[in-house]
Amino acid sequence: MRSLIIILLTGVFFFSSFSGSAQCKNYAKRVCRLELAPYIHDGNYNAAILTEGEDAELFKTFYAGQEYRIAVCGSEPLSKVEFQVLDVERTILYTNANHNFKLTWDFKVESTQQLIILVKVHDIPGESEIVSSGCVAIMFGLKTD
Amino acid sequence: MNIRGLNFKYTAFLLILIAGLMLSCASDSSKQDRVKVEVEDPASDNVVKSGVQTARQIFYSLPSPLETAMILKRSGAQYNPEILNPVENISRYSTTKSMALNLGIYSTDLSYASLFDQTPASIRYMTASKKLAEGLGIMNAIDDKVIQRLEENVNNRDAIMDIISETFLNTNSILEENDRVAIGSIILVGGWVEGLYIATALVDEIGTSDNELVERIIDQKLSLSSVLNLLGQHGHLPDIQAVLSDMKELEHIYNKVQISVSRIEVVSDSTSTTLHSKNVFSVSPEVFQELKDKVTEIRSKYIM
Repeated sequence: MRSLIIILLTGVFFFSSFSGSAQCKNYAKRVCRLELAPYIHDGNYNAAILTEGEDAELFKTFYAGQEYRIAVCGSEPLSKVEFQVLDVERTILYTNANHNFKLTWDFKVESTQQLIILVKVHDIPGESEIVSSGCVAIMFGLKTD
Repeated sequence: MNIRGLNFKYTAFLLILIAGLMLSCASDSSKQDRVKVEVEDPASDNVVKSGVQTARQIFYSLPSPLETAMILKRSGAQYNPEILNPVENISRYSTTKSMALNLGIYSTDLSYASLFDQTPASIRYMTASKKLAEGLGIMNAIDDKVIQRLEENVNNRDAIMDIISETFLNTNSILEENDRVAIGSIILVGGWVEGLYIATALVDEIGTSDNELVERIIDQKLSLSSVLNLLGQHGHLPDIQAVLSDMKELEHIYNKVQISVSRIEVVSDSTSTTLHSKNVFSVSPEVFQELKDKVTEIRSKYIM
């Protein structure tokens, strides 16, 4: 009986984590990627399951002359996903909190810069004490000539 | 033989198998252009907010092969097929490390050829990439229809870019999903090295300081820190250690290059936002040549 429980728990754990990552992949591909249009997605995959109150940071170099679109999307049941763009001194250059939590931001850099994308998953207001999780995808679009 | 024990195990196996089939069906269920995907909540069943300790996840994003190729073209690079890794070399790659590195290298060559409207070369590099992806066990990333779609969009560069972007996303996400992130890192680094190699191969000497291609080569010092951090996350793996060692040799040379970055000022108008700043770099001709030689040496080792 004990071995049965161990096997079952292992199976449930394996498949639930597989399910989370597989659905996160689908969310990034089929939902968030569309937010980049008419920019071309760079092809990189940056997505993870985050819980309310959790943060994530992404470091990326942005190249002079290239026009970019950042898209940060959070799946149900996550409510507001804030993203900030910081320089290496952690000065805030942009936050979507000042723009009604817009999913995308378009910009270009005059000189090549390493920037930090800080993503914050806000608590869901009025929910119970139960923590919610969802997929958060950070994607980059490139403007073609 | 313990029949009862066997029955329990058989039942458990069946349950797991059924769950797996249901999940695989669910993940492949939508072939529509746009669907609503709801992610299951793996943590919500029995975790309360008061007991949660959050951790900050860190990502390091390298320029993808597509971005690398766009940066090259924007910097005034010309198309030179002679410097690319010939697809005939594919038979040399049989280890996981060599397949991953060269999948990255071919991906950059594919992007570079595509941006210069070299469709026959693009199809050759996509075919080679498909073989390497299959060799790495990433069976569904590039299917036969991708090649057909490339052929059907010969005169539509944006459509070709989109197809390439989709194959990169498939490759990266399948590796992530299967807990093979380290291989994905090696692919990205292979692509990054190829971009650096193409750029350095197209510059004979530093010459005038306003050479944009030279500036982009120097800029890679900033991406190199992401390369090192990305590889460092899997530094216990032998294949990663070998690539990391090569990247540290590059770092040693890049440390001789000085880049000063001014404060960033955000300027927005009705149509666009620009982050204004001024980078000043200094590199001697000797150091630039040393960098060029090292990149060539590393890239030659990878394509052998």
